[in-house]
Amino acid sequence: MNPQIFHPFVLPFVIGIVFVLTYCVVGLIRVISQLPKDDRKKFWRSLVTPKTAWANVRDLVGDCLLHVKIWKRNPILGYMHSAIAFGWFMIIVIGHIMLFALKPLQGVELEGVQSMLPNLYYPIFYKFFATETPVFAFLMDFFLLMIISGILIAVVKKIRSKIVGVKRVTKFGFADNMIRFALWTIFPFRLLAEKTDKMVFWWIYSIDLCIFMFMLPFTRYMHIPTEALFILLRHAGLKPREPRKGYALAQLYSCPSCGLCIDACPMSVNDKNSGNTSAYFMKRLRNCDMEEAQRIAETCMQCGKCVAVCPVSIESCDIKMSQREAVPYQIHSDHSYLDDYCKDAARHVSTENASRVLYFAGCMTQLTPKIMRAMTQIMTAAGEDFEFLDKDGGVCCGRPMLLSGKTAEAQAMMAKNTELINASGATKLVLSCPICYKVFKEEYYLEGIEILHHTQYIDALLKQGKLKVGKNDVNYVYHDPCELGRAFGVYDEPREVLENVGNLRKAKSEKELSICCGGSLGSFNLTQKERDEITENSVADLMFNQPDVIVTACPLCLKTFARKSPVAVKDIAEVVASQLQ
Amino acid sequence: MDFGFCLSPSSHVKMDSVDLTTFNRLKETNPDINTCIACGSCTATCTAGNFSEMSFRRILLMLQRGKEDEAKKMIQRCMLCGKCTLVCPRGINIRKILLDITR
Repeated sequence: MNPQIFHPFVLPFVIGIVFVLTYCVVGLIRVISQLPKDDRKKFWRSLVTPKTAWANVRDLVGDCLLHVKIWKRNPILGYMHSAIAFGWFMIIVIGHIMLFALKPLQGVELEGVQSMLPNLYYPIFYKFFATETPVFAFLMDFFLLMIISGILIAVVKKIRSKIVGVKRVTKFGFADNMIRFALWTIFPFRLLAEKTDKMVFWWIYSIDLCIFMFMLPFTRYMHIPTEALFILLRHAGLKPREPRKGYALAQLYSCPSCGLCIDACPMSVNDKNSGNTSAYFMKRLRNCDMEEAQRIAETCMQCGKCVAVCPVSIESCDIKMSQREAVPYQIHSDHSYLDDYCKDAARHVSTENASRVLYFAGCMTQLTPKIMRAMTQIMTAAGEDFEFLDKDGGVCCGRPMLLSGKTAEAQAMMAKNTELINASGATKLVLSCPICYKVFKEEYYLEGIEILHHTQYIDALLKQGKLKVGKNDVNYVYHDPCELGRAFGVYDEPREVLENVGNLRKAKSEKELSICCGGSLGSFNLTQKERDEITENSVADLMFNQPDVIVTACPLCLKTFARKSPVAVKDIAEVVASQLQ
Repeated sequence: MDFGFCLSPSSHVKMDSVDLTTFNRLKETNPDINTCIACGSCTATCTAGNFSEMSFRRILLMLQRGKEDEAKKMIQRCMLCGKCTLVCPRGINIRKILLDITR
C-alpha cells in the first residue's frame, strides 16, 4: 500500500514553520553580529569551556524544558507552563521518533527536496497520514491531554488569576491576546481532528499553527526560541551595553511577559505604579516606545527583586541601566575641585604606622552619625587599628552618579577615592553603607584590599573572639538591604550577629524576597508619597511576627523606615555597640 | 536709583527681561519646586558643598533670577548623592531636579 504523502491542508503549517525558522536564523545572526568584538570572543569561548558548557546544558534542560524556576516560584504555574510547553515539545519529539521508528514512508520513491519535505509536516500531522502503534498512540494522547489540562489552568488564570496565586497579570495588547487565543485553540482542534478525522478540523488545526507561527516573532511567545540563545549568552558573562542591541536584544525577546515581576515589584503596592514594572519596561523597549521605556527605567528603584523572581533570569535592572546611560546630557560634572581635598586627605590618612583597617562611612552614614559612633565604639572595643577615611565628610562613592547613567563622571569620583585608599596603605576597607559596598565591590580596582560591609566585619570580629557581646531577650527582625542581600547574598552574617545579641524573628518576606525600603537612590521619578506607600508596605511585612526592633544594615533604609515604623529602627552596628561587654 | 556709575558692580536683576526658560521647563516637570521654602537644609548636608560653593538653594534662586550660566556652572559640582532629597522638609525630589537641570 502506498501511503499518502501530501495533502494541501499542510501548506499553512509549512509556510508558517519556514517563516519562523528563517526569522530565528536571521535574528540569531543579528544578535551575534551586534555584540561588541570582545563580547563575541567571550561568547565563543564560553561555548567550549567545560564549566560554562555544562552550565549551558544544565540550564537548557532545566529552564527551557522542565521550567524548574517556575515550579519553584509557584507550582500551579509550573504545572501550567510545563504541561503546555513540555507536552508540546514531547508530542513533536514523539512525532519525529515515530517517523524514524515506524518508517511510514518506506517504499515511497522521492527525490531531492521532495524527500525532505514530508519530514517537516509528517510528525505534526502523523495520524492523518499513517497509523501509530498502540504505545505511541497512548503517549501522543497522554501528552495532548496534558497540554489541554495546562490550557484549562491558563483559561482559569485569565478569568480569575487569584485562584492560581497571582494577584496581578500583565495586560496585553491585541497581538498578544490574539496569539494566545491561537495557542489555546491549537490543541483542542488537534484532538478533534485526530479523533473525528474530519477534514475541516485538520484545516483549522493547520491554519491555527500558521497564525501562531506568523505572530510569534512579534509577540511575547518569541521567548520560546530566544531563551535558549539568552541562556548561552548569560553564561558567557556578558553585560548589556546598549538597551536594544546584542545581548540586551536577546533578553528583550526572551522576556515572556509572564508578569511574575509585577506582584514582586515593591512599586506595585500602588496599582497605578504596577505599570512601571519590568514586564512592561521590556515590552515598551521591545516595541521601541523609547520615551515610556526611559521613564520606567528612571522610575525603577533598582532593588533587583524582579531579577530574583524572574523565571528566565532576565537582568532587567542592567538593561534599565544601559537605557539610562543612553541618554545624552547637556551639562557634565566637573569634580576637579576635589584635587585639593584629596592632597590634604591623602596626607592625613597615610600615617607612619599605616592603619590596617580603613573605615569609609559614606554620605548616607554621615547623615546618621549614630552608626559612625557605634562603629567607632565597636572597633575600639575590638582593639582594631583603624582610621576614618571620611571623618568630616568625604567624596561620594560614585554609585548615585552611576545610577543616573553618567558613568564617566562617576569614574572621576571613584578615581579620587581610589587614590586616597591606596595612599592609606590599608589592607581592609570597612563600609557602613551597602550602596557604597556595591560600587566598591563591582567598580573599584583596589588590589590587595579586602572590602567588607560592617555586618561581615562585625560577624568576623565576633567569630574571632575579639568582640564580646551580651545577649538580651529583645525580639529583632532583620531587613535585608537590596544592595547587600540580593546583590551579594550577604544574608547569613547579619543574622548570625543578631542571634548573638537577642532573639531573631522572621519577616514575612526574607532574603532575596525582601521588600525595598522605598528610599532607594535608584529611582529618580518616585514622589515622596509613592515612596511612603512602599515603606509602609515594607514595614508591615517586617512587623509580621511582632518584633520589638527593626534592624537593618543600611543607613538609607534606617532613615526611611524611621519615618513610618511603629517600633524602634536600629542599625546592626548600634545594636551590637549597645550590648558590648 | 541709577546714577550710571557705582563703586561695586550692580547685582540688580531686571525681572522683566530675564530668561526663565530653564526654570519654567523645570516647573513643568517638577511642580514641587514651587513648595521650596529656601530653608537651606539641602545645602547644609551637601557632600559637594563640603568642598565647594555648591548649594541647591542658590541654584534654584539663580534659576528664578534667570542667572542660568551661573547655575549651570555650580551644578557641575553636584555628586548626585541624594542627601538633599532625604533631608528636605518639603519632600521635594531635589535629586531629580538636579538631574533634570543637566539635561
